[in-house]
Amino acid sequence: MTWLDIVILIVKCIVLTLAATTMFAYFTLFERRLLARLQNRVGPNRAGAIPLPGGQRILGGWLQPAADAVKLFFKEDVVPVMADKWVYIMAPGFAVIPALIIWVAIPLGYWPDGAGGNLLQLAEIDVAILYLLAVTSVGVYGIAIAGWASNNKYSMLGGIRATAQVISYELALGLAVLGVVMQAQSFRTDTIVDAQTTLWYIVPQFLGFVIFLVASTAEVVRAPFDLVEAEQELVGGYNTEYGSMKFALFFMSEYIKLIAMNAIAVTLFLGGWKVPGLQTLADAVTASFGANIGNAVFGLTSLGAFLLKVTVLSFVSVWVRATLPRVRYDQLMDLGWKVLLPLALINVALTAIVNVILPDNIWISGIVLFVLGLATLIGATILSRPKYTSSQVTMVKNNARS
Amino acid sequence: MLANYAFIGIFFIAALIFPLIPLIAAWRLRPARPTATKLDTYECGLEVIGETRVQFRVQYYLYALAFVIFDVEMVFLYPWAVAYNQLGLYGLLAMTVFIVILVFGLAYEWKKGALEWV
Repeated sequence: MTWLDIVILIVKCIVLTLAATTMFAYFTLFERRLLARLQNRVGPNRAGAIPLPGGQRILGGWLQPAADAVKLFFKEDVVPVMADKWVYIMAPGFAVIPALIIWVAIPLGYWPDGAGGNLLQLAEIDVAILYLLAVTSVGVYGIAIAGWASNNKYSMLGGIRATAQVISYELALGLAVLGVVMQAQSFRTDTIVDAQTTLWYIVPQFLGFVIFLVASTAEVVRAPFDLVEAEQELVGGYNTEYGSMKFALFFMSEYIKLIAMNAIAVTLFLGGWKVPGLQTLADAVTASFGANIGNAVFGLTSLGAFLLKVTVLSFVSVWVRATLPRVRYDQLMDLGWKVLLPLALINVALTAIVNVILPDNIWISGIVLFVLGLATLIGATILSRPKYTSSQVTMVKNNARS
Repeated sequence: MLANYAFIGIFFIAALIFPLIPLIAAWRLRPARPTATKLDTYECGLEVIGETRVQFRVQYYLYALAFVIFDVEMVFLYPWAVAYNQLGLYGLLAMTVFIVILVFGLAYEWKKGALEWV
């Protein structure tokens, strides 16, 4: 390894960190604008607006994340006297680090260079899937430690709730990912992306995809599973006592983790950076402008396709937040243990049986699995509908009579 | 190939330094005028009553125990998942027996009410 390699590596690390932070900043703006639209409001539309000659103002709101950051920098920060001071200060770090290091194992694109090419992935490790699962579940330590160190009853309850919730949904999440591993027969994320050239795994692993989406929303403690910071009952949950930049770091870890979860979902189920016709486009550009520009077009298009898919899933996340009310804690636990975990086990069993029994044709087994998964999902929806017992109904009737 | 694991380590250091920068910058920039009221624990403006670190529901422990069992199951399923096609029908049946035993455990736990939130 030469000095140049080390410099390149450090630059890559810095770029990846800054990219994650920028994505976080603009995701908050995206979410605020979109939530506002979904609730028939306007949302932040002032900061940084550019006035045009005609009196119109365009691009309003694009500086809002910067304004928020500046505000948080200048906020007074108090460490409560009751808090465990050093643990209290370290907790935001514990939350941010796992959220950032998830990104090393996700292939963001592919840049061909004639000989092999460069995967836009910092570390091409063989056990990437295990690494991703491990790091996503380590993220809860930040929340648990923050809840404990604040020495505040609301924080404490938030921390305990978070721990129980994350471990419960981790099972369903891990088993949903297992389906993909069985399809691709590999732990490498780049191999999994390559295996989706003909058919994205959302078709054979449709059930797994739905389980993954629900479980990842719960894993990053986001609405409708945000009982950890349910304002009405817990004030702010684990971050009640946090302010200023420490709060910003928690906020950041939560959002970076959400985007990372969406990126993992894209990698595992939506074909990663692959997009139909990419090679044809690159070949056409190569034919007219030369190999270097062709490779650059391939690289940038794959990166763009990946980011576009992540944006689509992020849109779904915001949409879900705007649509669904928060669940109760018993409902949350029931969903994790009594619905998602059995469903994920069924998915693993279906995948194994279909792939062993049926011939090695990607389309036949894919469509059979899709139909079976859809049927299971519909069956589970019918079975897990809330039942109103007859005793409840008669009670209402009796009251009405008397 | 092993160098890739070192990349994770290097990025870990970058991720370690990263939260320090805004924390230190904010520490230098922000005002600091603490008062006794500000430094008090915030519990909706009421005076703090009793200890924070009290006993909490036993259900959390039950979930944690169930989690350990199924997480270990998952760890066993992963190596099987990368090679189940080569193992053929025998591998499938062996794993089915393993999963059925654990599903039976889950059903028992469910029946016993360990998964009820009361």
